[in-house]
Amino acid sequence: MSFFPYVVAAWLFVIGLYGIVTSRNFVHLVICLAVLQSSTYVLLLSIGYRAGGTAPVFAGVPVGTPAVDPVVQALMLTDIVVEATVVALLLALVLQLQKHADTLDPDKLKALEG
Amino acid sequence: MKRRGRLIFFLLSAAAFAGVYLWGLRGLPAVGHYRGPYGDVLNRVATYERHVTDIVTAVNFDYRGFDTLGEEFILFMSVIGGSVLLRRQREEEKGEHRDDNLADESPERQAPQPSDAVRVLTLGLVGPLVVFGLYIVAHGQLTPGGGFQGGVILATAPLLVYLAGDLKKFKQITSHTLVEVGEAVGAGGYLGIGLAGLIMGGAYLRNVAALGQTGNINSGGTIALINLATGLEVAAGFVLLLYAFLEQTLEIRLRGEK
Amino acid sequence: MFLQFTILSFVAVTATAVVLTRDPAKQAIGISFYGLVMALMFFIFQAPDVALSQIVIGAVALPLMILLALTKIRHHEEEQRTRHKNEKEAA
Repeated sequence: MSFFPYVVAAWLFVIGLYGIVTSRNFVHLVICLAVLQSSTYVLLLSIGYRAGGTAPVFAGVPVGTPAVDPVVQALMLTDIVVEATVVALLLALVLQLQKHADTLDPDKLKALEG
Repeated sequence: MKRRGRLIFFLLSAAAFAGVYLWGLRGLPAVGHYRGPYGDVLNRVATYERHVTDIVTAVNFDYRGFDTLGEEFILFMSVIGGSVLLRRQREEEKGEHRDDNLADESPERQAPQPSDAVRVLTLGLVGPLVVFGLYIVAHGQLTPGGGFQGGVILATAPLLVYLAGDLKKFKQITSHTLVEVGEAVGAGGYLGIGLAGLIMGGAYLRNVAALGQTGNINSGGTIALINLATGLEVAAGFVLLLYAFLEQTLEIRLRGEK
Repeated sequence: MFLQFTILSFVAVTATAVVLTRDPAKQAIGISFYGLVMALMFFIFQAPDVALSQIVIGAVALPLMILLALTKIRHHEEEQRTRHKNEKEAA
C-alpha cells in the first residue's frame, strides 16, 4: 500500500504517453497530454502526505497538530495552472493547423511546403 | 515508421521507462511517512511569522512568492498567445462577407434558444457565483482558496450569461477594454508590490505591509494584496481567453439573430 | 488506508478510460469527470487548496476550452466544404 501511489503515478504517465503515440486526432492528443501531466500531481501529492495528518490550514485547529506538507501543495497549484495554459495554447495551435493543413490526423501531415 | 512498428517500439520503451522509474522511486520514503524538514518547519512557524492560517497561500505568495510571479506571467503570456493565434485573419473576414449564404446559417443549423428553465437557472446563478468568487479570493489567507481559484470562479460568471442566450450582453461584458486593463493592473500590481518590498524592506517581495491579527481578513500584509492582484489578473485573463475562443461563433450567431 | 487505495485505483481506471476514448467530444466529458475524481483524490489526501484549483480548472476551464475548440474546428470544416463545393460547381 505504501508504494501504490507511485505505481499509479507511473501508470498515468505510461497511459498518457500511449495515448499520445497512438493518437489519430490532435485534440485527442492534447487531452492525453493533460492526463500525462496529472501523473506529476499524484507523485507530488504522495511525497508530501503524512498518514493521520490534517490539511495545512490552521483556522480553528491548534498550530501543533501534525499536518501534511504545504510546500508540495504550492508546487501542485502552479502545476495545475500551467496545465491549463499549455492546453489553451496547444488548442489554439491545433486550430491554426486545421485551417492551413485541412486535417487533424498526425499521420496525414505532409512535410513542410516551401 | 509504420504504425505497428511505432507501437511495438513504444511498448518496449514504456516498459523499460516504467521499470527504471519505479526502481528510482524505491529510494523515497514510503507514502505516509513524511520525513522532510521544510513542511514541519513551515507548519509551526508560518502562523507566528505571517499571521495567516492558510499555510499553502503563505507559501505561494510569500515564502515562494517569486515562483508564483513567474507562474502568473505564464498565464499572462498564454492569454496573449491564445488571442494572437485565434485572431480573425483578414482573409477570413473577406470570406465571411463573400459567402453570407453559408449552410451554417440556415435555420436548421442555428443553435436552439435555451429553454426558460436554463435561462432562469443560469441568470439566477450569476450573482451568487460572483459573490462566491470574491469570497474565495478575499479569504485566501484564512481558509483554502486564494487568487487562482477565486479568479477562475469569477471568470465563469460571464460564461453563464452566454449559456443563457444573452449574446449581446455577453459581448458587452467580455469585449470591454476594462477586462484588458484589469488583467494588466493585476499583473503589474504583483510586480509593484514586489518593488515596494524592495524599496521598503531591502529584498524583492519582502512582506512589508502591516501584518494584522491572525484570523482577520486583512492579515498577512502583502499576502492579502497579492491575493487580490492575482485574483483580478486570473479572472480577466480567463475571460479574455474565453472571448478569443468564442469570438467568431459569437459574430455569426449575433448576425443570425438579427 | 482503504479510502486512499480505492480512490487511487479509481483515478487509474478513469485515466485509462479517458485515453481509450477516441472521439474528442466524448473525451471532453470524460476529462471533466476525471477532473472531479482527481479533486476528490486531493481532498482525501488532505489538500483542499489544490482540490479547489483542480475543480475549477480541470473540470470547468479545460473541457470548456476543448469544446470551444471543437466548435471552431467544425465551423472551419463546414466552411471549407462549402467553399470546395462552390469551386467545383464554378469549374
